Amino acid sequence: MATDSEAGGLSFHPMDQFIVSRLFCSDNAETAINECTTNIAWYEITNMTVWLALSVLAVFALLVLGTRKRGVVPSRTQSVAELAYGFIHKMVEDVCGREGLKYFPYIMTLFMFIVMANFLALIPMSFSPTSQFAVTGVLAIAVFVTVIVLGFVKNGVGFLGLFWLTAAPLVMRPILAVIEFILFWMRPVSHAVRLGGAILAGHALLKVFAGFAQITPAAPLAIFGVVSIYALEVLVAAIQAYVFTILTCVYLKDALHPHH
Amino acid sequence: MEGDIANMGQFIGAGLAAIGSGAAAIGVGHVAGNFLAGALRNPSAAPGQTATLFIGIAFAEALGIFAFLVSLLLMFAV
Repeated sequence: MATDSEAGGLSFHPMDQFIVSRLFCSDNAETAINECTTNIAWYEITNMTVWLALSVLAVFALLVLGTRKRGVVPSRTQSVAELAYGFIHKMVEDVCGREGLKYFPYIMTLFMFIVMANFLALIPMSFSPTSQFAVTGVLAIAVFVTVIVLGFVKNGVGFLGLFWLTAAPLVMRPILAVIEFILFWMRPVSHAVRLGGAILAGHALLKVFAGFAQITPAAPLAIFGVVSIYALEVLVAAIQAYVFTILTCVYLKDALHPHH
Repeated sequence: MEGDIANMGQFIGAGLAAIGSGAAAIGVGHVAGNFLAGALRNPSAAPGQTATLFIGIAFAEALGIFAFLVSLLLMFAV
């Protein structure tokens, strides 16, 4: 770690917010970081598990508790839930076609979880689970494995037609097949890193601007910067969740119809 | 001047990798600008293509985020 603590500069490091640590952990002055963050067993409750659970609870509160009354004239919560449902339903239908609607529950789950995790991470002093590449990586690998399994189950060997572009001239096809094959394996990487990187970069930037508050001449810049970056982050939180789900739909479409 | 040359290399490399973010910004601007140019010529066809716009932006942005990831790795993982 390149953590230089200069006097008068940042008293906290912008990347400290992403450290996964135990809850209720007592700080030892000498080995503060080692006490809380090393050797975390899988069953231990960390700040990440708390915020993951909170985002699941938020989805539950919106979609289950919010629509409990099922009014003909929807309440405010119910109309938000219906809006999200209709939005994702239309997206799946537009991109994957009608037979893609069978996989709508999976895509809806992904979208609601990511959008809730992104929005909850905007609460000050919270932890952002979607900034961890472990979380986004698991989500992306799940999509990747789903696409491969579904593609081979639905189309058999015909799924390999994804790499054999019949629209291209015959001479070019082997070269394009190699490129398409490499691109196919890059999918989970870019899928995970896009979401994780965007959230990570935004939150680190917020803390960098917050650090300016300690330098007196730059303090007005800190207020302006934090407010404007925060507004941008609200936008990014929604857009990245949307992009993650729409790419899931695009990849799913490849599994259902591998021929371009 | 203190510190070793490996540290210097890390920071210089991280700075160079950050150029990629600027390049991705050019790419995203290109996608969005061309979408707007097309949308203004045929506004009725534009709403159906917003999904394509976002996919295009996402693909352009991904490469910039790869550059960002490289600089992160240089700063914190190497």
